[in-house]
Amino acid sequence: MSLSPSIAPAPDTPENVEASNVAGIDVGGTFTDLVLYDSRSRTVRLAKTPTTLDNQAYGVLKALELAETDLRTLDLIVHGTTTTTNAVLERTLCKTGMITTEGFRDVLELGRRTRPNPYGMKGEFKPVIPRDLRLEVPERLYADGTVRLALDEAAFRDAVKRLLDEGCEALVIHFLHSYANPAHEQRAGEIAAEFWPNDNITLGHSLLSESREFERGVTAAINASVQPLLRRYVDRLADQLSEKGYRHDVLVMNGNGGMVSARRVAMEAAKTVMSGPASGVMAAAYTGRRAGIPNLLTYDMGGTSTDVALIRNAEPAVSNEIEIEYAMPIHVPMVDVRTVGAGGGSIARITEAGLLQVGPESAGSTPGPICYGRGGEDPTISDANLLLGRMNPEKLNSVSGTVVLADIEAIFAEKLGQPLGLGAREAAAAVLRIANTRMADAVRMVSVSLGEDPRDYALFAFGGAGPLHATAIARELGVPRVLVPSRPGITNALGCVVADLRHDFVNTVNKPLAELDIGAVHALFDQQAAEGRALIEKEKVEIEELREIYSVDMQFIGQTHLLRVPLSGPRPTLEELQKLFEEAYFNRFRVELPEIKASLVNVNCSVIGRRAEIDLSLLIDPAARKNRLEEALTGHRQVWFNGPVETPIYWRDHLPLAAKIQGPAIVEQMDTTIVIDPGDKAVQDADGNIIIELGAGA
Amino acid sequence: MTIDPITLSVIQSGLQQVCDEMDLSFSRAAFSPVIAEANDRSDGIYSAEDGSLISQGAGGLPVFVGTMQYSTRTLIEMIGDGRVPAPEPGDIYIVNDPYLGGTHLMDVRFAMPFYRDGEIFCWLSNTGHWPDTGGAVPGGFSASATSVEQEGLRLPPVRLFKKGKLDGEIYSIICSNIRVSEQRIGDVKAQAAALLVGEERLNRILDRYGDGVVKEAIAELRQRAADQMRANVRLIPDGTYTSIAYVDSDGVVNEPLEIRLAITAQDGELTFDFTGSSKPCMGPMNSVLATTLSSVYLAMRHIFPDVPISAGAFEPLKVLRPEGTFLDAQYPRPVSGCAAEVSQRIAEAVFAALVEALPDRVTAAPAGSSGNFALGGFDPAHNRSFVMYQISGGGYGGNSDHDGLSNGCSTIGISKAPPVEIMEQQFPVLYHRYALREGSGGAGKHRGGFGLDYEIELLRGHATASFVMDHGRFGPQGALGGKDGKPNSVTVWQDGKAMVPEHLSKAQDIPLTPGDRVRVGTPGGGGYGDPDHRDPALVAEDVRLGRYTSEEAKSLFG
Repeated sequence: MSLSPSIAPAPDTPENVEASNVAGIDVGGTFTDLVLYDSRSRTVRLAKTPTTLDNQAYGVLKALELAETDLRTLDLIVHGTTTTTNAVLERTLCKTGMITTEGFRDVLELGRRTRPNPYGMKGEFKPVIPRDLRLEVPERLYADGTVRLALDEAAFRDAVKRLLDEGCEALVIHFLHSYANPAHEQRAGEIAAEFWPNDNITLGHSLLSESREFERGVTAAINASVQPLLRRYVDRLADQLSEKGYRHDVLVMNGNGGMVSARRVAMEAAKTVMSGPASGVMAAAYTGRRAGIPNLLTYDMGGTSTDVALIRNAEPAVSNEIEIEYAMPIHVPMVDVRTVGAGGGSIARITEAGLLQVGPESAGSTPGPICYGRGGEDPTISDANLLLGRMNPEKLNSVSGTVVLADIEAIFAEKLGQPLGLGAREAAAAVLRIANTRMADAVRMVSVSLGEDPRDYALFAFGGAGPLHATAIARELGVPRVLVPSRPGITNALGCVVADLRHDFVNTVNKPLAELDIGAVHALFDQQAAEGRALIEKEKVEIEELREIYSVDMQFIGQTHLLRVPLSGPRPTLEELQKLFEEAYFNRFRVELPEIKASLVNVNCSVIGRRAEIDLSLLIDPAARKNRLEEALTGHRQVWFNGPVETPIYWRDHLPLAAKIQGPAIVEQMDTTIVIDPGDKAVQDADGNIIIELGAGA
Repeated sequence: MTIDPITLSVIQSGLQQVCDEMDLSFSRAAFSPVIAEANDRSDGIYSAEDGSLISQGAGGLPVFVGTMQYSTRTLIEMIGDGRVPAPEPGDIYIVNDPYLGGTHLMDVRFAMPFYRDGEIFCWLSNTGHWPDTGGAVPGGFSASATSVEQEGLRLPPVRLFKKGKLDGEIYSIICSNIRVSEQRIGDVKAQAAALLVGEERLNRILDRYGDGVVKEAIAELRQRAADQMRANVRLIPDGTYTSIAYVDSDGVVNEPLEIRLAITAQDGELTFDFTGSSKPCMGPMNSVLATTLSSVYLAMRHIFPDVPISAGAFEPLKVLRPEGTFLDAQYPRPVSGCAAEVSQRIAEAVFAALVEALPDRVTAAPAGSSGNFALGGFDPAHNRSFVMYQISGGGYGGNSDHDGLSNGCSTIGISKAPPVEIMEQQFPVLYHRYALREGSGGAGKHRGGFGLDYEIELLRGHATASFVMDHGRFGPQGALGGKDGKPNSVTVWQDGKAMVPEHLSKAQDIPLTPGDRVRVGTPGGGGYGDPDHRDPALVAEDVRLGRYTSEEAKSLFG
């Protein structure tokens, strides 16, 4: 049984530094954000600059420059990058070859094929590695790991040479049943290493030692084909940073919400796909824990997508079975972030049935909503927010010189208002109502599919548009409270600053409880914990607290789905496992099954190194805060809540720390706009979060 | 109309959400991998008056589009005339009788009356495919059955739950007649619990908007779905469109069965006439009426996926009852093949008839088979009997936009194929290949997708192999000048000697001993458009990637 991650860390000497001057930098699809936290001077600096797609490092350096960072005194840089995400989604992957078991080179192309949509017989699929770069060699294991046919080493050498001649930069070795016995893959890896010119060799079992050849193969193939890109990127970034005087390690965010040294991150490059969204959820968990609101549904709405995740007792839900798009599974533990909608750019239209529908079509970023002034002519959610005064119409002028509110109004009147028999503003209000209902349904499905009732949670709103919609969606869901952090638009960068060091381990046991040797389970937990601690101790980062989270995945015998059962420690008894599972099952499905025996499938442990606390109240400059609420008032405008209402507008940075606001109100800040509905009560807590308690509603 | 269009949209998505949550709950709690993994289940809301479909879960198995409204309607009628006892709150009926608005026996339906103020407001119903319901062969797909009794236990509508409590007496009768009965309790409870989830969610919607408003919304949504389907149907120029599709054989008599379809488009309505199709058959390739109707609906939904599933959407689609044909089977005709195979041939007939009228929306014929291969036997290493199912996809049809998908799932399903590694863990078999079936895609401007080519060896013990597949005689049809995809092929090696089943795609209980092998090639999709018009660069690319040999490419694409 091998533990994942099984790749040995690069040797280095522990040299803990005091991480008191930390930069978190997140490269998003549109913007590169930076949070610079200096605990010595108790200051925070922020920067936002457009992402430089061709080389993300320019944007990163630019952000550091904008924040006037002295790299020589910086203790730690934590970096979230979309390099690998973009490469996978746009299939701009490195030329990668695969060598696999004879008879199985098409596994990657055949998949477990369903079709892209339940209805409609069209749709295409492009495998990660093209067919001519997938070669077969004689070798075969039985399902129990015993050898049926030894690896044909000569054929393997020939295959490696052929892929080199083809110009492959990375190599995947993926043999059937390698999870049961990795010997063939390991031997093949040794042979390949003799003449493969770089380190870009991925063994199928190394990231994911579980059965299911398609999922394991795709995970390995993605890892290999983004590895050279990520390696080049982080190396170049590290070089450029050190040229400018930075003396320490760069840490890179992983999709599990932990971070890992840039020197090692490329070995398991697949883990960085989806790291941006994970980072935002980590920031939410951190903020919620400090605010005493540890159960959260995160609602991250931007211009082009809306992501949802669930945080239970300050721990984000993690999944090993994320599919980043149709038939593209990456089965390594990652924060379970689900994309549920298209964001502010979602287009509203009237269907052939005469019904108003919002999405799934999106205006994207080009042409984008009408208000972007890039030629968009379809009414979107963002345009509706502007038209209803929820977003500041004056902002429109700064975004685009060419579009005025009257243009948006005319389009709403013509495309939506006329067919519905409504005025432009009523139509815009209808767009928001439909959009909020749909998004609330989607949030609810995420919560229910994870076995939780959304009413037991608070909504954590972030992203540029999340706080605009949060109270309406919370009301729809029956969620009693909304938490809006200080800087909703740069939450991912904050996630880099507060992220933990983290390693996740999964071992498959797959035994009925009746046949289980509980001592062996305890030993597995100990082994997982020890390996995680050893990995974390190798990082040159100061840790406040080291802890482990233990859980098991269980099912009733005969079932295929797994239920995760959290444990309080590494020494559960068989009786406890049975009882905890039955409780979890009943809570989830309202079904009791005393007739059927339970089975333990996976043993999981996460080892987490927590870093020093960050004072979140510094995210808004304390010196800018006023003493009285009235001083934060910037004016009034007509905002639509079931009709136009004269509404006070506040500037977030000027709010007194303990401000209390009675809805209706709008709070504006550089990176977002917060809507507080009539009847809602908002208070700002000591960390500067706005916590909105929902009233009866508008 | 007094209800505003915005509230209407909100209620529409609310009803959809109720069904989606039922689907989710059912799949996640179910034991049967057919339900839990392959999502071979569906949940919906049906009217109290006549069982017509109000809303159905988006992730339900496509072939169940429509069927449950017939089973619910039949149940309501039977309660009305006293053949079935009237319900009380908390009762749940179970029924799997194919002739009472069903599919095959394995699709077990639950129906629960939903009450408001003591009156039935609507019905909640779901269907799940049970792994076994008794009968001659494990799993229920007997290729040589000649009456429904040989296919398994047939349940008329009976109240399995009475006032919320499982009736142990009825349940024990069921359990005494099916295989692996000890795990079915998990599916039964999951199926019932899903209905209770629906009840709770629907109550919340009614409490919020009021019973009257929701009732009015349901009527209005039905009307609008009908309007939307009519608007879509008007894209088809008035006229009559015909097609023929073939089922290889019924599994007993080795002759093809013909589906003759004439679709007449007029004034935003389509009439489907199957006159001239084959007579009811001896073997299990008969279709019951509900399945025939549902197959037409699902084909139309593949063509117009934006129209929400509701009884209104079906209104403009008039299907003339195909009396006297194998598409309207009566008791005791065997029907196990109707949901998995005949339904797909009906859909193919619809596609083939309409592809010229709607060349941008309809594809050439897809593989259109569930590819059911069952291996049952004894594994001495684990000292136990086993039944293994290998379902598989095939090539999809080329279309106006691109080549067909390779190894797509069945037209009527959304099921994932099982991983080779899991199959080898659980059963005494070894796969020699699991590969793209080279050369199988039908030639065309946009060629068909490729089928699957797999070969399995029995490692130990003994076993028998059964096949319920199709398209072995004729490949999936090309369209607009495109060529047919390659037909399905099955070869069995016994003691080193190759044998092809007499019925090509159907066979039952072929004995295997260790070392014997089975090789299956699933159909390629039909090609779309004249192969001579294919971009030569794409032809070259297919040859470079080994999808066709250069000789094949030369003869197919010129």
